Amino acid sequence: MLQFTPDNEKILNEVLARYPVKKAALLPVLHLAQRQWGQITPEIMSYVASRLDVHDSEVMNTFTFYTMFRKKAVGKHHIQVCTNLSCYLRGSDELMHLIERKLGIKVGESTADGQFTLDHVECLASCGTAPMMQVNDSYYEDLTKEKVEQLLDKWSAGGAGN
Amino acid sequence: MATQTSYLLRDPSKDFTSIDVAVAAGDYSRLRKWMKPDKKEQIIAEVKAGVLRGRGGAGFPAGVKWGFVPKDTDKPKYLVINADEGEPGTFKDRWWLEKDPHPLIEGCILASYALDIHTVYIYLRGEFNYPLEVTDKAIADAYAKGYLGKNILGTGYDLDIHTHLGAGAYICGEETALLESLEGRPGQPRLKPPFPAVVGLFGCPTLINNVETIVNVPLILEHGGENFLSWGTERNGGTKVFCVSGHVKKPGLYEFPLGALTLRELIYDHCGGILDDRELKGVVPGGASCPVVLPDELDVPLDFDALKSVGSMLGTAGVIVIAEPTCIVRALLRFSEFYAHETCGQCTPCREGCSWLVRILKAIEDGRGMPEHLEMLLDICGQMEGNTICAHGDAAAWPVQGVMKKFYDEVKAHVDLGRCPYDDVDGHAGSEWEKRGDAWLEAGR
Repeated sequence: MLQFTPDNEKILNEVLARYPVKKAALLPVLHLAQRQWGQITPEIMSYVASRLDVHDSEVMNTFTFYTMFRKKAVGKHHIQVCTNLSCYLRGSDELMHLIERKLGIKVGESTADGQFTLDHVECLASCGTAPMMQVNDSYYEDLTKEKVEQLLDKWSAGGAGN
Repeated sequence: MATQTSYLLRDPSKDFTSIDVAVAAGDYSRLRKWMKPDKKEQIIAEVKAGVLRGRGGAGFPAGVKWGFVPKDTDKPKYLVINADEGEPGTFKDRWWLEKDPHPLIEGCILASYALDIHTVYIYLRGEFNYPLEVTDKAIADAYAKGYLGKNILGTGYDLDIHTHLGAGAYICGEETALLESLEGRPGQPRLKPPFPAVVGLFGCPTLINNVETIVNVPLILEHGGENFLSWGTERNGGTKVFCVSGHVKKPGLYEFPLGALTLRELIYDHCGGILDDRELKGVVPGGASCPVVLPDELDVPLDFDALKSVGSMLGTAGVIVIAEPTCIVRALLRFSEFYAHETCGQCTPCREGCSWLVRILKAIEDGRGMPEHLEMLLDICGQMEGNTICAHGDAAAWPVQGVMKKFYDEVKAHVDLGRCPYDDVDGHAGSEWEKRGDAWLEAGR
């Protein structure tokens, strides 16, 4: 049976205390669930619904609206390259090609070993340091081809997290 | 030559995330002076006198907005800080959230005290993990020092500030969509009226202000509303942070008094001019929704009103500089694809219009454009503009209208030639990534 870890249970209670109605905690609790399980399955949606006293369909309705919530788990390194105008003008397309070539996957795909997932994203408020990408929780800014190659080599070799 | 100011962007060599450093610089010093029952009205009056225009893009006077919050009500009232920074070309709010969070907290306290608010939510975009970490720590430090919580500084006044992460939807920067999101629902904007000041979060009176707007409040109280106004121009009080990106030598954040310099001075005198000394093509002055302006239109002062004279807006002051060789259709597509991806899908003109703009622009760019497409683009824009619940439809239409007005010949050349005129230019042959087709449009939502 699904259950938040004791640490996450504690966070859940802190989060619930912030709002006068439980449903307001839905986004934070979905984030919490995704951190614990890496994805949000229908079972996890039901569990979240039961914890917030809302109907399953309310969770589904909110879940499907937001791009950061995922039905399927992503690779250990989730690479998201910004391709909006400021990054495009500073060469984000070349970086995207480079990453595709090096990892042997296309945008939207994951490597077979589950190490990498590559996506494009819209503006991440980092335009002055374009081009940039987000990998898991961290921003990588002022990117060059060399920097990206180094990072990919490090992660491919099993370098620590980010 | 206008001089950069540092009221908002303080000395980057100091670690203002430390509450001790912040307090030493004067943060929270306004609380003891202004947190007195007979000063509440005066706080609001100073903000009005300073003509602090909202820094989230619309430029609505903050003092007037504050005035909409009812005084006598049995319901709780809320302050919501819009930190859902997502307008392409804009990266200013991140500065305070991750480098200098205490002016935001002090501003929240002063605004809340003046309006009898006891709960603040700071809504950060979902990707802002690091800014969230810094802001949460700053809030915890402020609690520890007695600036937040129960009986702040012995005044008997209580205030709590909570942070709340979004989850990747640009539309949640629209204030009523933000409220929906904060209540745990899809971020679909609400019909107005009623305005949030009367019926907002959880059905209660709610003031929603941008991060930069609130950061200005301690400054106004420190220097006085009249002084604050005098830094800028007649209807544009204070200084403004400009976000410069794209083809300039020195991209980044720059703070100047509103109206103190022109777009040309900003780009050439302060940002080092155009990258690699290439020929300037156009400038988007205020984030993605603002129509592009031409190189011969740059002598316009940067404030919330003057840019109208060249058919554009200051918006969020996200200045994106575009140099040759860049295909304007391809550049515009980045924006149109963005709006198509981010429409909430609630209103038909926006949901369908955004997608059609992308399809037609792609056809033009790929050499499949037909002469009637040119008129069709403007026709679609006309059907979107003003016909939707929120401004997303307008924001998607404006950049297309701007390009059709100022770069009509280049767009038409695509149709006449049956290909992109930049295809021969080095590095501009449509990349495989760009030719990904419309698959994402079908798969996207």
